[in-house]
Formats: sequence, structure tokens, C-alpha cells
Amino acid sequence: MNTRGLRSQLKDSVPVTGLCPQAGAYGVPDTLRKGFSSVKNELVPSHPLEMSEKNFQLNQDKMNFSTLRNIQGLHAPLKLQMEYRAAKQIQRLPFLQSSNIALDTLRGSDDSIGFEDILNDPAQSEVMGEPHIMVEYRMGLL
Amino acid sequence: MATLSVCQPQFGGFSFDYCKRNAVFEAEVTKLGCSVPGARKTGTTICGVVYKDGVVLGADTRATEGMVVADKNCSKIHYISPNMYCCGAGTAADTEMTTQIISSNLELHSLSTGRLPRVATANRMLKQMLFRYQGYIGAALVLGGVDCLGPHLYSIYPHGSTDKLPYVTMGSGSLAAMAVFEDRYQPDMEEEDAKRLVRDAIAAGIFNDLGSGSNIDLCVITKGNVDYLRPHDEANKKGVRAGSYRYKHGTTGVLNKTVTSLPLEVVEETVQTMDTS
Repeated sequence: MNTRGLRSQLKDSVPVTGLCPQAGAYGVPDTLRKGFSSVKNELVPSHPLEMSEKNFQLNQDKMNFSTLRNIQGLHAPLKLQMEYRAAKQIQRLPFLQSSNIALDTLRGSDDSIGFEDILNDPAQSEVMGEPHIMVEYRMGLL
Repeated sequence: MATLSVCQPQFGGFSFDYCKRNAVFEAEVTKLGCSVPGARKTGTTICGVVYKDGVVLGADTRATEGMVVADKNCSKIHYISPNMYCCGAGTAADTEMTTQIISSNLELHSLSTGRLPRVATANRMLKQMLFRYQGYIGAALVLGGVDCLGPHLYSIYPHGSTDKLPYVTMGSGSLAAMAVFEDRYQPDMEEEDAKRLVRDAIAAGIFNDLGSGSNIDLCVITKGNVDYLRPHDEANKKGVRAGSYRYKHGTTGVLNKTVTSLPLEVVEETVQTMDTS
């Protein structure tokens, strides 16, 4: 397995909340909700591409914002981020699939097709999350 | 996809679910002294050349799967857009899906701009996509086309590097094909000379590389016209049997013959009209 450069990827792009990534609301692993896990399983990706794929959009946005800041000044990424944030809030209920058309249009990805549109499409998913739990999680109750 | 995270919504794209499971399998199986099946070797000869007023792309038609010829007449020259075609070497599924996705994206792009897409656009889309997947998409491509700036030919490697050259080859037979190009290529060739050169380059790959074989496909792209020749030439004609070795009817004598009739009666017969509206 190619783990070269893994450390820098981990440091840059994974939001590390605490020592234990599985920690629930009370600071201990929430086994009932999140299942059994080991810290090693969470930290070491099973495929060299997994990390970069997981954070691709995040890193892409970050790069676009910093380029925009260098070209136009701080106001441009701030304004764009505000628009992204507004567009992200236009969603269906958390357990239903949102098309994110406004966000896609802002990003300019509405007229492109990638593997994320044809493989493992969440709109075609056979299973659905528990509606109450997903809504409560979104509302910050859980 | 077997389990869904309770709280987080799912995202599309490649799924890495089975990588960890396969790693565990491999460790267990190795402990028992066995080995898991590995990736199969592939082989191809593809090439392209720029001539006076266009591009000629060429490919062999053998699909190799380790020691087995999986397909004797597969198509390796893929459609990208009306003025562009792309030869693919490497993992067949990867070249197929890569060219299909770029083709779709270019169609959307040309619909939104209202122009024919440029070859440089397709090249950049391909290299950015292949670089994103760090060589795990095993597609080695030869992209050729004619746009408003004339004929262009690119070779694209699986890791995302590209070359823009007047003559390129790819695949396991690329060395044999490149030898022919290095010997006989001239700038501003006529169409017939270019076709013959590409045919000979692919034939060199077919005869000297075990991973390549069968027929020779060509694709001649000029301004406003595409000539897809499949097959252009059959390098290995199958021989014809000199005589017929089938036994004639009645070679084995019939000793006796019994016919048993099956007594059935037609009880009811109805005719229905078919709904053809």
C-alpha cells in the first residue's frame, strides 16, 4: 500500500475533532449509534485514493478560494463562501436526496458529468437512513 | 453499500468498501500458503500520425487477458466528438468509461458554447481526470482530432502526463510501431502515404508483440469529415480448408425405422384479434 505523503494528507484535510473520532456527545465512543470501530481503522485509509477522493471537493473549493483571494482580494472568496452557504441550505429533509442544483450552478459543476454522477448514485440508493435520527442529527439534537 | 451510516448522507463516486475486506482476505489466504488472483496482463498497439490535412489513428483488435485472447475483433478507437477520436490501451473498461465520460462532457460543453470542441480541451479534461485518480484508472490514450486550429495529436499516460507530437504510439506494441514511424515518417505526408505508414506500424506491433494481433482498424479525421475504417486490413487471414471432411448423408446405413403416431384430438380452436393500436 502506498502510504507516502499520507501524513500530510491527514494533517491538511481531515478535520480531527479529538483523540477518538468515534466519540459521541459524552466524549466516549458511541457504540450504539456508530457501531464497533478501531481508531486504526478510522485513520489508515484502505486504498491510497480514499483520502484524496473523500476530500476532493473540499480541497478543490479551498484551492479556488485561495486563487480567488490572490487575484481579487479577500472580498471575493468571502462573498462566494456566503453564497455557497446559502445555496447549501436549500435542501430536502436530511434523509431525502437533494439535487443541490443551486450549489452545482455556483460551482460550475452543473454542466459536467463525473464518476460521482454515474457510480454509486445516492439518488438510486436501495437503503434509506432512519428519518427521525437523521433529522435530529441535522438539528443538533443528537 | 450494504450498510448506511445512520446520521450522514451518502455521496456518489468510487466506493472503497471492499478494499479493507480484500486486504484481510489476502492476509488470511497468504497465511494458508495460497495466493489471491491478481490483475491480468493486457496488450495493445495503438498509434496516430499527423499528415498534411488531418490525423490518422490506428489500432489492432486483440483484447488480451493474461495468456488468453479474450476478443479477436474488439474496437479500440473510441468516439469522443464529431471531430475527435481516441485510441485506448490498458484496462479495457477504464479506457471505455474514460472516453465515454469525456465524450459526454465535451458534448455538454459544445452545447453550452455552440461550437465544435477543441482537441486541447479534450486533452486537458482527460489529463485532469486521470491525474485525479493517480494512475489507478489504467487508461493510456492516443487522442487525435481536427479543430479550428488544424490537426492535433496527443498521447495521454495513465498518470495524467501528456505529449503533443506529430506521431505517437502507445501500448505494449508501441516500440515496434514507433520503430516504423521513426524510419518512415515525413512531415506533410499525403493521405494514402499516412494510411500506409499507420497500417505498417500497427502490423509491426501485431507481428512482433504477442499482446497485439488480429485486424488493423484505422480512423482518418480531416476537417469536417471522419472515415472510420473497421477493419482496414486483416493482417492474419485465416486459411481455408482444401477439402470437405464431412461424412456424406447415408454413410451409416439405417437398419430399421419405426414411426409411432401420437393420437391427439383438437377439441377447441379460437381466433382472437391482436390489439395493434
